[in-house]
Amino acid sequence: MIEALRQKKHLQFVLLLVIFVLLCLIITPSEGNWFWRLPPLIQKLPGIITSSVDYIMFDWWLIDVWDPDIEDYEEKPMMNQFTRSASGLILFMIEFVREIFLGGVKTIVTFSGWDWATENEWARWPALPWTVVAGGAAILGYALQGPRLALFVGFTFVYIAVFGQWEPSMETLSFVLIAAPMAVLLGLVLGVWAFKSKTVEMVLNPILNVMQIMPHFSYLVPVVVFFGIGDHAGAIATVIFATPPMVRLTLLGLKKLSPEVAEAGLMSGCNNRQLLFKVLIPTARRDILIGVNQVIMSCLAMVVIASLIGAKGLGNNLLIALNQLRIGLALELGVCIVLIAIMLDRLSLAWADKQVDYFADLSFVERHKFSLMFGVVFVVGVILALIGSLVFKEDFNYLYLIPHNKGLTTQDFWQAGVDWIWDTFFYALKGFNEWLIVQVLVPVKTAYLAMPVFATFVLTMGIGYIVGGVRVGLAVGGFLLFIALTEWWDRALITAYLMTLSVLISTAIGIAAGTICSQHPVSTRIMLTICDTFQTFPSFIYLIPVMMLFGVTDTSVLIAIVVYATVPATRYTIQGMLSVPPQLQEAGSMSGVSRVQRYLSIELPMAFPHIALGINQTVVFALSMVIIGALIGTDDLGQLILKSLSDKDGVGNGLVLGLCVAFIGLAIDQVLRTWANQRKKALGLA
Amino acid sequence: MSTQAETSTSVEPVIRCDSVYMIFGDNAHSMLKQANGVVDHAKFHEAGCIVGVNNASFEVHKGELLIIMGLSGSGKSTLMRCIARLNEATAGKIYIDGEDILSMNDKQLIELRRSKMGMVFQSFALLPHKTVLENIAFPLQVKGVSTEDSMQRAKEMVDLVSLTGRENYFPRQLSGGQQQRVGIARSLAIEPDIWFLDEPFSALDPLIRKEMQDEFLRLQDVLGKTILFVTHDFDEALRLADRIAIMKDGIIEQLDTPSNIVLNPATEYVRKFTEEVPREKVLKIEAVMDPYDPNEDFSDLKVQKDAIIETVAEDVLNTDKAVAVVDAAGEIVGALHASHIVHVLFGGHADDAAEKAS
Ligand SMILES: Nc1ncnc2c1ncn2[C@@H]1O[C@H](COP(=O)(O)OP(=O)(O)OP(=O)(O)O)[C@@H](O)[C@H]1O
Ligand SMILES: [Mg+2]
Repeated sequence: MIEALRQKKHLQFVLLLVIFVLLCLIITPSEGNWFWRLPPLIQKLPGIITSSVDYIMFDWWLIDVWDPDIEDYEEKPMMNQFTRSASGLILFMIEFVREIFLGGVKTIVTFSGWDWATENEWARWPALPWTVVAGGAAILGYALQGPRLALFVGFTFVYIAVFGQWEPSMETLSFVLIAAPMAVLLGLVLGVWAFKSKTVEMVLNPILNVMQIMPHFSYLVPVVVFFGIGDHAGAIATVIFATPPMVRLTLLGLKKLSPEVAEAGLMSGCNNRQLLFKVLIPTARRDILIGVNQVIMSCLAMVVIASLIGAKGLGNNLLIALNQLRIGLALELGVCIVLIAIMLDRLSLAWADKQVDYFADLSFVERHKFSLMFGVVFVVGVILALIGSLVFKEDFNYLYLIPHNKGLTTQDFWQAGVDWIWDTFFYALKGFNEWLIVQVLVPVKTAYLAMPVFATFVLTMGIGYIVGGVRVGLAVGGFLLFIALTEWWDRALITAYLMTLSVLISTAIGIAAGTICSQHPVSTRIMLTICDTFQTFPSFIYLIPVMMLFGVTDTSVLIAIVVYATVPATRYTIQGMLSVPPQLQEAGSMSGVSRVQRYLSIELPMAFPHIALGINQTVVFALSMVIIGALIGTDDLGQLILKSLSDKDGVGNGLVLGLCVAFIGLAIDQVLRTWANQRKKALGLA
Repeated sequence: MSTQAETSTSVEPVIRCDSVYMIFGDNAHSMLKQANGVVDHAKFHEAGCIVGVNNASFEVHKGELLIIMGLSGSGKSTLMRCIARLNEATAGKIYIDGEDILSMNDKQLIELRRSKMGMVFQSFALLPHKTVLENIAFPLQVKGVSTEDSMQRAKEMVDLVSLTGRENYFPRQLSGGQQQRVGIARSLAIEPDIWFLDEPFSALDPLIRKEMQDEFLRLQDVLGKTILFVTHDFDEALRLADRIAIMKDGIIEQLDTPSNIVLNPATEYVRKFTEEVPREKVLKIEAVMDPYDPNEDFSDLKVQKDAIIETVAEDVLNTDKAVAVVDAAGEIVGALHASHIVHVLFGGHADDAAEKAS
């Protein structure tokens, strides 16, 4: 009996489940019962964090600072001064880019003061006419790759202008154009540093792990405390969020290099700097570029969230539109964000792939053709704008700057569509919605909340132990213990319920879709393209259409999560299926197994390690979406994090709540990763 | 090739190694100090040290091609990398043109590599983001040569390694052999005095390898560099070498001319190592010729005294008379009898031939 147990893992799982159910039945739910809920022993932790942050910010390391107003030195805390200067610098850079696009007076004020600027009416930057920006960007696309990219880039800008989203879009763009390079640079520096020093790598690794699973919201509060509110704060939060994948991929790329490449560089006579910039980084550029790409995607994914702490632009407008349930407007804004995301993505890739022809014997005109083209576009654009100022004397000058919400709009169309759907399918939708909530969501949620903490630990640690032995079991236990000792265990259970439910659905859909599509090369390619496109959409975009259909309910959140999280499950399944060696399939066919048998006994097990990593990604995606779901009202950890934004003790709460979410993710990550690695070893793939 | 080496022994050697040790491991220095120069593998291994090179001393002269051979892990690459200072030798002295390179600072070292050294790698190690031309120009560009000049020079190198027309290809668009040509061109771009090649042709299939060896010989004929060449392949070594060093467990077991290594193995290991080597590929006519007797009846055929037997054997065996052996100046220095060739090659009496070779 014991021997059989030791051999058969599924028997162990069954036994574990039985114990779990028994525990659930035995343990009585009551306040004082530690088996039911652990006491919130680290309840004070958030408060401690908050006060230490306050101390660092306002009392630590006082320095003398010259104050021009009172014309004397004054004692001020170092940190405060530092963050203030950093904020000023970043804000200036954002304003600078912004005023190139939109015109303005702020950068001039920085150098001269408000009084002077108000007195002198002429002292403003004129905006570039939108035609010039669109044309210039299209030329850039052409120079970097060719007519197709030029067309797409041009289309993006024209679309934005025509639909009256020029101002918020340029605000967002100026924000991304500062935040993304900062994140790339920071990530590159940290990645290279970690590559050079083992210690740095060891320190950085766990921090990155946690940061990548921490929900975006939890960064916001500390940023507000240190840097205040505004575009710069949004940019900093974005940088913090976007940097970890860049560090990861830089390090990965550098580590993958064969040592001979570095040696070839050395033997070519490179010094350290040349070796790094001319050999190592360019050679690792595939991975580094994926990093850049991820940074851009993360920046756009943050535009809505950053608007919570004062970043202007599309994100802010989208948030307002969602709150007012103006779905049509939200949809238009969403399209703008997606277009900008895809455009930046393509431009950055094209830039990286660009090559130079040395022996082309070019004339002056050919060599400077892009500058000349831009010159022409500039002159034509300005002339058009001037003509425009004559033609549209009374009205807005549509050839210069199309003011906000004064362009074409399809809002009414979409709104009508939404109304139509509501009118036509009202009962069906409502029926489905109610059924889902009453029959599925509420019961599952109740069941989760009815789990005694002891039973939960036995179950999760048991799974960890069966899969990966004592080490993994303890790791899982450690992560959960932290959560159980905060006062938010019940909230965490709600997060877990939404997450597990949607992960299950996503995984099922993803594996099915991935398997079916991988049967044929054409469908494989189509599916991968769809996955690519979907992955470019910032996460909150998914909320728009589901809210169209289901309003502000848990159903909306669940469906948004499922749609969002199905993408990685599908992609990894396809990759797993493609990685099955064809000989194996043939061997299966030769020994006369049926199609289904072959799938179950050969392909699925072989693809499993990939699929497990896909599920892992699905969990990460689902968790981040669950938290974003707070924007349309859930009652889990995410909602609390959102609340901590406007709370005076917000820092500690926000961070600890963020850690709770991250630890749920890390616990699952531990188990799935170990499992995938074991399968890989067993199949001889590692 | 070899003549140059022999005549220039009096001048400063290009490369000189004095008791070079390369031990990997954290406590390598203290271990080596304790061991007093006598390195025992097992003992070092226990202490967490891996012996790469064990007491290597030798010289390489200008224009000479030294081949380093040995089984995998015998320390061939490590020895070469010590001389290029890609590895820091644990002990010993290494001189390049009389300069002690182990005491050079970074700046001097970079200068040395920029002016005197070129290296070709087994895995090609090209920069994937640069075109053929840019790869070849790379050593010049890091040196600060203007784009125009470096591109011009790179263009010449492209022609030299017969890649004309593919200047703007990326490495991934080239075959293995073509990539290695780029590697060779890159290593030669700065016109180095010393050329390091670490198994440059091992990753290529046999046909291409033969072609690349021919190419290499052609280049060496034109350029006359001082060369350190690592290979696994005895045929390759015999085709190319002036002298061969055979390594085992970091020790240079023997360093000598190909024929001496085959005929007079210094250790049992070397004998085993060279056992299978076909003699006719190693031995020169010198080793099997008899003294010249003017009364003898000679055929019209004449052979060079330093020709490898294999290359002339067929012709010699086809004549029934004796064949005259001439030196570089055309003077007759000996006579060659078909029976003697057959005797040495198939009769197994190598001692006889060896006496004459030495
Ligand atoms: N960086 C290193 N750290 C530790 N040990 C090393 C290192 N480089 C080489 N060695 C060890 O030194 C020994 C000699 O290695 P080397 O690479 O010189 O062998 P090789 O003769 O070139 O072999 P191959 O023919 O396989 O290239 C080996 O035992 C190897 O494991
Ligand atoms: Mg080697």
